[in-house]
Amino acid sequence: MSSSSAAGLALAQPPLPDVSAAEKTTLTVIGLGFLALLVAAFDADADRARLSLYAGLALSSGAVLVWSWLTFGRKPAGVQHNNLWLRSSTSRGAVAWVAAVVLTGFYVLLYWYSSPDDQGNFGLLNGLVHTLDPFSQALRQRPADQWFLYGTFYTLAILLMGGRALWKYRHSRYQVIRTCSVMFFQLGFAFLLPGILQFFQQPEFYFTYFWPLKYDYLLPGTVDYLVQNGQALGVFMVFWGAVMSFLATPVLTYFYGKRWYCSWVCGCGGLAETAGDPYRHLSDKSRQAWRWEVRIIYPILGLIILVTVLMWLNHVWQGAILGPAADGLYRFYGFVIGAVFSGVVGVGFYPLLGNRVWCRFGCPMAAYLGLLQKHFSRFRITTNGGQCISCGNCSNVCEMGIDVKQYAQRGEPIIRASCVGCGMCSTACPRGVLNLENGPREGRYQGSPFIHADSLRILS
Amino acid sequence: MRLLIIGNGITGVTAALTVRRLQPEAQITLVSDESAHHYSRTALMYVYMGHLRPQDIKPYEDWFWTENRLTLVEATATGLDVEQRQVSLSSGQTLAYDKLLLATGSVSRWADWPGQHLRGVQGLYGLPDLARMEETTRGIRRGVVVGGGLIGVELAEMLHSRGIAATVLVRDAHYWGSVLPAAEARLIDQQFEESRVEVRYQTELAEILGDADGRVRAVRTTAGEELACDWVGLATGVTPNLALVQGTAVETDRGILVDELLQTSVPHVYAAGDCAQHRQPGQHEVPIEQLWYTGRMQGETVAHTLCGRPTPYRRGVWFNSAKFFNLEYQTYGRVPASPQTDLATFYWEHPSGYHALRINFENSAGFAVTGFNALGLRLRQAVCEQWIAARTPVREVMAALGAANFDPEFYRQHESAIVQHFNQQFPEHATGLRRRKGLWG
Repeated sequence: MSSSSAAGLALAQPPLPDVSAAEKTTLTVIGLGFLALLVAAFDADADRARLSLYAGLALSSGAVLVWSWLTFGRKPAGVQHNNLWLRSSTSRGAVAWVAAVVLTGFYVLLYWYSSPDDQGNFGLLNGLVHTLDPFSQALRQRPADQWFLYGTFYTLAILLMGGRALWKYRHSRYQVIRTCSVMFFQLGFAFLLPGILQFFQQPEFYFTYFWPLKYDYLLPGTVDYLVQNGQALGVFMVFWGAVMSFLATPVLTYFYGKRWYCSWVCGCGGLAETAGDPYRHLSDKSRQAWRWEVRIIYPILGLIILVTVLMWLNHVWQGAILGPAADGLYRFYGFVIGAVFSGVVGVGFYPLLGNRVWCRFGCPMAAYLGLLQKHFSRFRITTNGGQCISCGNCSNVCEMGIDVKQYAQRGEPIIRASCVGCGMCSTACPRGVLNLENGPREGRYQGSPFIHADSLRILS
Repeated sequence: MRLLIIGNGITGVTAALTVRRLQPEAQITLVSDESAHHYSRTALMYVYMGHLRPQDIKPYEDWFWTENRLTLVEATATGLDVEQRQVSLSSGQTLAYDKLLLATGSVSRWADWPGQHLRGVQGLYGLPDLARMEETTRGIRRGVVVGGGLIGVELAEMLHSRGIAATVLVRDAHYWGSVLPAAEARLIDQQFEESRVEVRYQTELAEILGDADGRVRAVRTTAGEELACDWVGLATGVTPNLALVQGTAVETDRGILVDELLQTSVPHVYAAGDCAQHRQPGQHEVPIEQLWYTGRMQGETVAHTLCGRPTPYRRGVWFNSAKFFNLEYQTYGRVPASPQTDLATFYWEHPSGYHALRINFENSAGFAVTGFNALGLRLRQAVCEQWIAARTPVREVMAALGAANFDPEFYRQHESAIVQHFNQQFPEHATGLRRRKGLWG
C-alpha cells in the first residue's frame, strides 16, 4: 500500500465493519478443524489419528461452506467485492503473510521432507499419510503415500472453495458452469480416475494433463513404462497424450481460446479459480510485470522442448552422446520448474502474489496455448462501443495481470496470449462493456468505431 | 503549438492524447489542482467500498505521461489573461499558451439549504470529496442522501457497503424521474429494497440541523419531518466550474459559451466537457452535457480543431449506462421519461424484476426505432446505434434482436419471450425472431 501516497491519492485507511458472531463462530470451527489435522499428524495412536483426521476434515469442510453462505449467500446476488483491498487477508496484510508461510511450508515438507524411507516412513507428514491408508486401500488398493495425501487435500480445496465460488458468483451462469467444470475435472479425472486405474493394476494416468505441462507423458521413460505396463490401455494413454498435445489443443484453442483448458479443465487452473479466487486481484498489472512474464514463460517453453528433444535423442542413441547432459537438464527442470516454481512459488505465494503466478510466468502449457490463442484462434474479449468509464474493475480482477482497461477504454478487443478466459472482467464490469466471444477471425482485431483518441504507446 | 489545458479529467486528457497523436511536436501542459495524475471520477465509489485502491483508478500508469511528453502541473489556475495569452497559477508560476483549452469540469450544485456548511455535509464529485467522506463517515450509524439521480444511488451504495443505514430523499414520485419511465424506476426501487435502503419519494430537503459542535445531527424535510443522521450527502447535480473565467472576457451563461467548434468568445480559448455550454445544441440535445462519455467525445473533437482541422461537435446517437446496486442499465437513443405523442413504446419485463427492455419507435410511417432502455440486459452498442441511425423499422429490429445481445455466454436468452410479448402488444407489427445471439451474422 506504500505506493498509494506516491500516487498522490492517499486516503486514510478506513475501519472494517465488524465481523458477525456467526462468521466468527464458523472461522473458529475452521481453525479447530485445522488443529484436529495437526493432532492427526502427530498422534502415535493410528485409530485416534484417523478419527482426528476425519473430524478435522468434517469440521473445516462444513465450516468453510457455512462461512461461504454467511458471507455471500445472504446478500443479493451480484459482484461482492466490498472491503477486498481493506481486509488483511486479501490485501497482503499479516493474515496473508501467515497463510503464505503455512502454505509454502507445506509444499517444502511435501517436496523435500516426506519421501518414504526404507521403513515406509513419510517424514513429518508420516502421521497424516497413514491416516489415509484405509481410504487409499478402498480407492486404489494400495496404502497411501505423500502424493495421495496431497491429491486428497488438493481436491478437497477445489471442491470446498468451489462451493464458495458458486455462492459468490451465482449471478453469472458463465462463472457457475465454469466452476462446476473445474470441480468435475479435478474430482473425476485428476483424483478418482487415476485411483481407479491403480485399483485395477493399471498405470496411474491423468487424462487432463498433457505435455508440455506434464512433460513426462511424452518423454521416452514414461512412454516405455506405459506401453509395457499398461498394454493396450497404456498404448491408448500414450496416444491420448500425443493427440491432446498436438491435435486437440490447437483445434480446441482455435475455436474457444486457451480457456477451454486453463480455466475449465486444468487442475492448476482449477485450484487458482477456487482456492485462489480470494487473491486474484493481487496480480501485478504493471507493464514491467508483463515484460518479466514474456522473458520468463517463453524460455521455459523452449527449455522443456529442448529437454524433450534431448531425451529422445538420448533414447535413440542409447545415451551414447548426450547421456549425462540430457539427464542433468531433465532433473534441473524437474526441480526448478516442476517443484519450486509450480508448487512452492505457484501456490505457496497465492496470498501475496495472486493465484496465477505459475500460470502466468511459468507454465509451458500456458505459453503454448497462449501462442495459439494469440495467433490462431477465434477467441477475443469484445469491448462494447464507447461504454467504458475507465473504472479499472476489470484490470483489478484479472488474475493474469492484464491491464484490461487499457484495451476497453480505447475500444479495442482484448487479444492477449496470457488471457485464460475466466470471464471475471466481464462479470465485474459495471457497465456491461466486456464480453468473451468466439467469432469469425476476420475483423477479430476490429476496434470500436466510438473511440478514436489514443493510439499512443500504452501497450508497447 | 503550446497547448495549455486546464483540468486533467477525461475531457482534458482525451484532448491531450488526441493532440499528441495528430501533432507529435505540440507542447502539451495539463494543469490540475485535484490530483497529480488523471484518475477516473466514475470509480471513486469503488475505492470507498474497498473494491479498488486509490492507485487502481488511474487509467494510465505514471510513466505514460513522461513517455508521451505530457507535462503535468499540480496547481490551481488562478488567473487568465487573454490579451497576454497566459494563465497564472497558485504556485506563482505563469504559463503562456498559443491555445488554451478550458476543461474545468463541474462543481456540486446546492440549493442554499440552511445548514449545508455543517460538518458531515458534502457532495461527491472529486477526490477531495472522497477523502472527506472517508473521514466524516467513520464510525457513524446513519446517513441521509439527498437526490434521486446517479450520484444519489452511488452514495447510498457506498454507505451500505460500510453497514451505515442510508435514507434517500427523492423529489420525484419515482427514482430518476427526469430520465427514467416509471416502469424502469420500479425495478431500481426493488434494488433499494433488496439492500434495505430506505427511499422517500416526493420528499425534499428543507433544512440541515447541527449540534453544538457544528456537526450535522438531523435533516428536516419539506413535510416537516425530522430525520436523525450523522452525515448528509447532497447529490442534487453539478454545475459548470466557472471560477477561472469569471471576470474575464470569456462569455458565460450557466457554463462557458461555445460554438459548435467548441470555441469560446475569445480567440485561441476553447472549452469542452462539463464546463462548456453549447450556444446551439442539436435537436433533442441539451446545451450542457455532464457525462463521462460526452466529456471524452468533446475532448476528442476539440483536439482536431486545436490542431488546425476545424471539426464541429456532433455527438451522435445518445448513449449512457449506470449500475444501480446489482442492476445494470444501458440506454441508447431517445427514451423520454414520459410518453410522447410521436412515439410508441414497447416494454418487456422479466417476472423476476431483474431484466427489462424498452424499445421506442415512431408511431407513423416507417415505424423507425428511436431508442432502447435495457436493465439487467447488456446490449451491443454498435448494433443499437446502427439501427437508430439507419431509422430501422421496429419489425426488423425485433426480428434481429439477438444481434444486439451482449450478455455473457450461457446467460438465458430472453429474445423469444420479448418478441412474443411484442407481437401481443403490437399485432400490426408482429414478426418472428430470426437472428439469435452471437457474432455470426
